[in-house]
Amino acid sequence: MLNDIRYLVLEDGTVHEGYKLGADAESFGEIVFNTSMTGVQEIITDNSYTNQIITFSYPLVGSAGFNFEDSESLLPTAGGVVVREASEHPSNFRCDENLDQFLKRHGIPGISGVDTRSITKKIRTGGVMKAMITDSSDHDSTVSKIKDSTDATDQVASVSTRTPYISTGRGPRVALLDFGKKENIVRSLNHRGCDVTVLPHDTPAAQILDMKPHGVMLSNGPGNPEDVQVAIETVKGLIGKVPIFGICLGHQLIALAGGARSYKMKFGHRGANHPVKNLLTGKVEITTQNHGYAIDGNSLENTDFEVTHTALNDGSVEGLRHKSAPVFSVQYHPEAAAGPHETSYLYDQFIGLMTTEGGQTNA
Amino acid sequence: MPKRNDINTILVIGSGPIIIGQAAEFDYAGTQACLALKEEGYRVILVNSNPATIMTDKEIADVVYIEPLTPDFISRIIRKEQPDALLPTLGGQVGLNMAVELDRLGVLEENDVELLGTKLDSIKQAEDRDLFRNLMNEMGVPVPESDIITTIEEAYEFVEKVGYPFIVRPAYTMGGTGGGICENEDDLKEIVANGLKYSPVNQCLLEKSIAGFKEIEYEVMRDSNDNAIVVCNMENIDPVGIHTGDSIVVAPSQTMTDKEHQMLRTVSLDIIRKLEIEGGCNVQLALDPHSFDYYIIEVNPRVSRSSALASKATGYPIAKLAAKIAVGMTLDEMQNPVTNTSYAAFEPALDYVVSKIPRFPFDKFEKGERKLGTQMKATGEVMAIGRTYEESLLKAIRSLEYGVHHLGLPNGDDYDLEYIIRSIKAQSDERLFFIGEAIRRNVTLEEIHEWTRIDMYFLNKFKHIIDIERQLKDNKNSIPHLKWAKKFGFSDRVIGHRWEMTGSDIFKIRKEEGIMPVYKIIDTCAGEFESNTPYFYGTYETENESIPSDKEKILVLGSGPIRIGQGIEFDYATVHAVWAIQEAGYEAIIVNNNPETVSTDFSISDKLYFEPLTHEDVMNIVHNENPKGVVVQFGGQTAINLADRLAEEGVTILGTSLDDIDRAEDRKRFEALLQDIKVPQPHGKTATNEAEALENARHIGFPILVRPSYVLGGRAMEIVFNESELENYMRNAVKASPEHPVLIDSYLTGKEIEVDAICDGENVIIPGIMEHIERAGVHSGDSMAVYPPVNLSQEEIDTLVDYTERLAKGLNIIGIINIQFVLSKDGIFVLEVNPRSSRTVPFMSKITEIPMAGLAMHAILGKKLSESGYPLGLQPVQPGYYVKAPVFSFSKLKNVDVTLGPEMKSTGEVMGKDDTLNKALYKSLVASGLDVKDHGTALFTIADKDKSEAVELAKRFSHCGYRILATKGTAVALEEADIPVVTVEKIGEGEETLLRAIQNGNVQIVVNTMTKGKEVERDGFRIRRESVENGVPCLTSLDTARTLIEVIESMTFNMDKM
Repeated sequence: MLNDIRYLVLEDGTVHEGYKLGADAESFGEIVFNTSMTGVQEIITDNSYTNQIITFSYPLVGSAGFNFEDSESLLPTAGGVVVREASEHPSNFRCDENLDQFLKRHGIPGISGVDTRSITKKIRTGGVMKAMITDSSDHDSTVSKIKDSTDATDQVASVSTRTPYISTGRGPRVALLDFGKKENIVRSLNHRGCDVTVLPHDTPAAQILDMKPHGVMLSNGPGNPEDVQVAIETVKGLIGKVPIFGICLGHQLIALAGGARSYKMKFGHRGANHPVKNLLTGKVEITTQNHGYAIDGNSLENTDFEVTHTALNDGSVEGLRHKSAPVFSVQYHPEAAAGPHETSYLYDQFIGLMTTEGGQTNA
Repeated sequence: MPKRNDINTILVIGSGPIIIGQAAEFDYAGTQACLALKEEGYRVILVNSNPATIMTDKEIADVVYIEPLTPDFISRIIRKEQPDALLPTLGGQVGLNMAVELDRLGVLEENDVELLGTKLDSIKQAEDRDLFRNLMNEMGVPVPESDIITTIEEAYEFVEKVGYPFIVRPAYTMGGTGGGICENEDDLKEIVANGLKYSPVNQCLLEKSIAGFKEIEYEVMRDSNDNAIVVCNMENIDPVGIHTGDSIVVAPSQTMTDKEHQMLRTVSLDIIRKLEIEGGCNVQLALDPHSFDYYIIEVNPRVSRSSALASKATGYPIAKLAAKIAVGMTLDEMQNPVTNTSYAAFEPALDYVVSKIPRFPFDKFEKGERKLGTQMKATGEVMAIGRTYEESLLKAIRSLEYGVHHLGLPNGDDYDLEYIIRSIKAQSDERLFFIGEAIRRNVTLEEIHEWTRIDMYFLNKFKHIIDIERQLKDNKNSIPHLKWAKKFGFSDRVIGHRWEMTGSDIFKIRKEEGIMPVYKIIDTCAGEFESNTPYFYGTYETENESIPSDKEKILVLGSGPIRIGQGIEFDYATVHAVWAIQEAGYEAIIVNNNPETVSTDFSISDKLYFEPLTHEDVMNIVHNENPKGVVVQFGGQTAINLADRLAEEGVTILGTSLDDIDRAEDRKRFEALLQDIKVPQPHGKTATNEAEALENARHIGFPILVRPSYVLGGRAMEIVFNESELENYMRNAVKASPEHPVLIDSYLTGKEIEVDAICDGENVIIPGIMEHIERAGVHSGDSMAVYPPVNLSQEEIDTLVDYTERLAKGLNIIGIINIQFVLSKDGIFVLEVNPRSSRTVPFMSKITEIPMAGLAMHAILGKKLSESGYPLGLQPVQPGYYVKAPVFSFSKLKNVDVTLGPEMKSTGEVMGKDDTLNKALYKSLVASGLDVKDHGTALFTIADKDKSEAVELAKRFSHCGYRILATKGTAVALEEADIPVVTVEKIGEGEETLLRAIQNGNVQIVVNTMTKGKEVERDGFRIRRESVENGVPCLTSLDTARTLIEVIESMTFNMDKM
């Protein structure tokens, strides 16, 4: 039986009593939920969750354990983890440690033993809110601490690489702007032979073009796209000059650079089962998603962009392409990890663009 | 794409009788599909031979045919109805095979019938082992080394290449019939020969054994626009080697990382895209526990048992959507019927854990071979849902109704460790419980893993359960420990046991401490979208989502897993009761734990609680809902057995009062009643020990019928001819005690009559009287029954009606009652009264068009029968003849004796109806799988007491053109009667034995009656098993044989010389 009590306190005063998990630390952050039933390691190490407290709606978390291969970043930056049960004895041939050990090693606090479904439902009805994981039983003081906390606006800077580095390949040269990228973006490109240069998020357009890449990839990343003005400027300077492929935050930055607007969703899309309609083929793709902001479809009017993908359930914008330039983007994660692999064709599409358009622009 | 408008009428083929490997899941799928097609405006024509199903109700399809599922009969229906299309993928393997056959015969083309859904070529490609393997090779998808063989010699060649062990899978069979694992040459000879025999195309797949790999299943769907999704993935706790139907299964899978999951998901979807499946499909894969290596095991291009389980586990109605896909609709245009706020094109996310445990028939077939393998043996299954794995597992265990309540055996301490270890290694159906016992004795998990190959994840979970047990023991009366144990699914009874209290004591403590379960919605989306689906499971968490409405509510208890003696008929009655409750304006709430059934479709009731049917779990629901009352009449003995203790807790039992139920079931009180109302019964007494039994038996006179009180399906019931047999019975077959006495009755030979009636306390409606073909002594569930009765005089009918009315009124029945009578030379006697819905309710309801369960439910709710619109008393006789015939699953259960007796053995039933009795009999025999031919060879081996009767039958067979074989003694009797007969040697008496004759396919019918005595019994057993295993009908009752010859005579021209 577990004894060490810990609390999850929500902004609205709701208190969940549970047990200590992971690091001995407190944590503030926006509380979100993810409905994926696998890929806990990939999710926790996805830097798009920077400072966020992730609630797993599936109750048995980490049953296949954590290994040294499946992380999406070396240093996970999630604010905290909320689970119904943290698997104590995970089992898988690659398993190296359990959830508790992994979180401790990375200094991330967590809480187990709470009714995660009720939290999910609260977020669904009330929208995302702030929360705190704490050992303190003075809940009034916790709530006021939560209310006094301010949102960080420099999250991308905090997770982006500070210096460029290369992950080599023999194929097209890709400049990957790192806003908090998932490793599997690099792996997906490398897997297709690309030579990838990972660049800091604030690398200016001129410097990128000087490198003569065959294409530019804009990665996912945490937070509000409007906080990353520097990148919006960069994208403006790249459109039309080089093939561009944007994912998640990268997709939003492309849209903002093109003149569209973004908005904060009530509770976002986070999971591995999101149906997206590909308007070009008429087919449904099951996608991995992790975003709290989206592009306002109406704001695309009078821009050079058109919608290529929409979310089947709420109709929100899931993919765009430039009407004339080789630029396209999706809100979801074709690199999966965790999640379905069926949209990896987008990487092939990007390679295709680079080998035709990219070749010409840089010739 | 919108639905097709170029078709109007659709024929749906059901799956026929319930047998092992093909059970109630197809009633669920078929019902959903028919309703879905009707919802889209199509005219649905249904054909199924199984009367005990909801799908054969007139409400479900526009036109219903209850006819044998043979190409012959279906062709006639097609020619008559001229449907535009045929939907073959919802009736299990039977439906699918039928469609293949109709196509082969050209019937579909001739009548311009289009096959809907998955194309026939795809079906063949998935089902034909060779084609499938080639396709996998072409796709680069790994399949185990294998070869298709059609002879034993080829099997030897295979072994030379691949070696032992290897698996035998016969082509085109269901539930792995005839398959197995060969470890050596003896196995090869037996299993391969069997497999070739069972395959309708005499073809087997031999496959390198990958036993020990994880077995993972993906339930997938695809539409005509190539949208493809995974509805659910499931992990079998038992590794590859045990049939998935016999495996303990968990959903979603637990021990795969996202990498393995996505790898298998991708390949599953690739396969259904390649096969161009349009509808649901099941993909089974084997995953190496130590690498990313995997193999495809098989693909079922249709809805299946697994898809029913996946539907119930996720809420996602696969069959319903598969039917709509078949008429051209696509996943992205159909709403998710669970949320109604999202679309069907998505993959369900669970926020709970589901466990499925199969229900085996070995409580009835004690001598059956219990080792599990590739041949499915379970008759049914239970499912349970929890927020912890332990909770889902323990809830599933207590849903089984085996007398086990926890991870262990009730008398677990009695076994020595060696026996426990041997039992685990034996890979029997009880291994889970023995593993619990082993952990309790500190056997290491590593050792258990070595023996069972069960993943350490699950073994650690099992150990956690044992750890909690110990903590409870060490912390008596600790509320935190109580709370903790409840979160992991411990029942009050088990906690009470550790605390030396009763379950009720614990319930009281919980109530005081506010430790009550909450109920959560199964919504397919883990709470992401709003959903008002009234589909709940209980768990110990904070937020309760099952908020009771203001309406008056009636709680209906279901009948749990399908088992021999309690089948789909009870689900049928449960569903009808729910409909009646709703008609009467109440809220109808179902509690049940069987994932295969219609009653656990959340769209049937106002609220569905998917929970174990135990006192505690039902009381928790009562506590949450506060219903007006609980109905126990329709859920078989499962529900009746709960009534007592529910009433003790102050719960109102609706309908026949508990006291009156007891009067029907308590021997002494029942006798008193019969004396009172002057209805005779065979002389009988009760005994609580051996001495008393012997004394009573002497008094009554042999033969006697003995059985324990409160039984299900004639369990442990025997006809006993002398004192030594009785001693043996009392010592070995029952545990008699003052609370559980043994009933001893005079065994009367005679015609058995069965009556179901509805009573409102004042008046009685008797839809009809059924006459059994087999004389009393054969369990009513195993007897053929005929409506209307053909051998009863008006006077006898009047007496039966009179007795029925006296019994119903005498017992103050409010609702339904089932009575069995025997018509002996001394008159009519009542044999048994069941104050509840019975097996024959759907059969009689369908014949008479009186919705008996509904009518009974209305009576329970206070509506007078005089206002029902039906005349009171016995209803007018319906035109035509209707025959109910039992169907058995003996070929799947090794070592089980097929002799009919007072213990029920059949798993399902069929109905034959026609204008004349012989035609109806013919149909019922054909529908039950008998090949009724006007010539062939019949083998007679008859007990001395039956010889004169058998001689007359043999003569008639001979006269019709049958060649008669007989064993020595029987042959002598036949020769004396001038019947041409060939004598065959008994077992072991020379070369041409009768076993060889059966094995060589030289016998078409075996007629065998039981002889007492060790050696002859053993011989008889071998003869009967040999016929079953060779697919030769074995008739053990001369009454069945007489019926068969009558039918054959009626269809045979007379060949007398001039």
